Amino acid sequence: MGEVNQVELVEIEKGVKMIPGANAFIMALDKLVNWGRAGSVWPATFGLACCAIEMMDAGASYHDLDRFGMIFRASPRQSDALVVAGTVSKKMAPVVRRVYDQMPEPRYVVAMGSCACSGGVFNSYAVVQGCDEFLPVDVYVPGCPPRPEALMEGLMRLQDKIMGEHWRWSRWR
Amino acid sequence: MMGTEFRNLAVPVRDGESELFTVQMGPQHPATHGVLKLNLWMDGETVVRCDPDAGYLHRGFEKIAENKTYAQFLPLTDRLDYISAMANNVGYCVAVEALLRIEVPLRAQYIRTMVAEMARITGHLLWLATHALDIGAMTVFLYCFRERGLLLDLFEELSGARLTTTYTRIGGVRQDVTARAMEKLARFVEEFPSRIAEYETLIDTNRIWLKRTKGIGCVSAEQAVQLGFTGPSLRASGVDYDVRKHRPYCAYDKVQFEVPIGVNGDVYDRYRCRMEELRQSALIIRQCLEQLPPGAIVADNAPDLVMPLARPRQPMAGSSLATGYIELVPNNDVYPEGDVYVSIEGSKGELGFYFVSDGGGRPYRMHIRSPSYIHIGGLATVCEGVLVADVIAIIGSLDVVLGECDR
Repeated sequence: MGEVNQVELVEIEKGVKMIPGANAFIMALDKLVNWGRAGSVWPATFGLACCAIEMMDAGASYHDLDRFGMIFRASPRQSDALVVAGTVSKKMAPVVRRVYDQMPEPRYVVAMGSCACSGGVFNSYAVVQGCDEFLPVDVYVPGCPPRPEALMEGLMRLQDKIMGEHWRWSRWR
Repeated sequence: MMGTEFRNLAVPVRDGESELFTVQMGPQHPATHGVLKLNLWMDGETVVRCDPDAGYLHRGFEKIAENKTYAQFLPLTDRLDYISAMANNVGYCVAVEALLRIEVPLRAQYIRTMVAEMARITGHLLWLATHALDIGAMTVFLYCFRERGLLLDLFEELSGARLTTTYTRIGGVRQDVTARAMEKLARFVEEFPSRIAEYETLIDTNRIWLKRTKGIGCVSAEQAVQLGFTGPSLRASGVDYDVRKHRPYCAYDKVQFEVPIGVNGDVYDRYRCRMEELRQSALIIRQCLEQLPPGAIVADNAPDLVMPLARPRQPMAGSSLATGYIELVPNNDVYPEGDVYVSIEGSKGELGFYFVSDGGGRPYRMHIRSPSYIHIGGLATVCEGVLVADVIAIIGSLDVVLGECDR
């Protein structure tokens, strides 16, 4: 019998260890799955009002959202996050809910702008006072409209939130 | 041989008209520019009937206005046509000033003209970006947003906000322009025509672009007038109507510019008109920069932010219930009574504000004549008989904004 090598595991970051020479890592599956999800949050192209323009700006030349692995997808079936960008009127609310229902799990909701957070300045008969009345909102981005930087900060908070998830990949979660 | 046999068979074959099926395009559709919904009755790929369904962004602006003073409602006008908010501010203030009879100082007039044209450029740039994106040219989108970013930075320097500016106030503008901002604007105007040429090199010689736009969605001059089109959508059909020329407001009568007119009224002509308007807007801004006079930026009789409401009519002293003769105090109004309609040339078309005043500090009734609403109404006629892919091009070329349409 030959000599069994004692392999020293190298800790790359907290909770992630590498086996030198084997090109293999040892880590919790949670961490791996969350890392993959946080690096590819694809929001749905779904603009409602003014905030949609700032959302487009966030994805355009100056504030390039592709850097964060965020690519706007036109179909809710292909997207992970729903950025509720703008005022949700009472006529629109069922449609927004349907778009959310069409998205596959895991799915996240970012309420962008005062209107989506709380109804904003539109305290009228036609406006839903905040999209959290009918959607589970993960991140609120206030502002009227929020700057693209603010949306980026909100999406980074969403990434942080995804990184902290536990057991969400499992069938028995 | 087989063919002749079949031709002789007397089998009744349906023409296909009864096989219409409906497609609901929107409200969640990336190419409907917001939350527009179109109910399309289709025969194969041809649209037989198009029925626009607006109102998915109805926020009740006109009702909110009845409960706010004129000054309080001003910030909400930003959210109407959020792509060119400055133009809305200007339009609203021009209308309120006509109602309250306020004379705006010349410097403020020039600044307003300038920012309104900047708003037109941002509006047209966003239109070009999204219109090209809908048809399939992704690069134009990125190029347009590059220049749009410069203008938004300027808006931020002027007013503190990128989109929702609230820069004008009733009787003038909120704050004076800075030398630094004007320097930046002058540099932008100097450079901008070369950038327009850049966009044109991207798409003007593109065969796909030409095939998707030329001869698509033709609107004749009579039809455009009948449908109530305004702005570039009307001018592309060959009708010379521009509020800036025909009923000048602000300083438009003091600057030289041309109104580009189209011929065919198709998607391509509407595109050409807007591209020429971009050049003219840059020209107007340059003239405003050169002519900008010194002086006050707010009129002396501009109302305070707190506007008093109309006092209730009081019985005159001396009149009594016992005799049955009650005389009311005659002139109890704070502001003039009556109604006024004033329109400006927004980036989409004629944007009008109609006020009915009962003499108080808030409108009895306000109505907004939004060009987008009328253009969406015209979609039903324009989209008849076109292919479904061209519906996207037509929506893009009419340049609708749903915030303004649904109000």
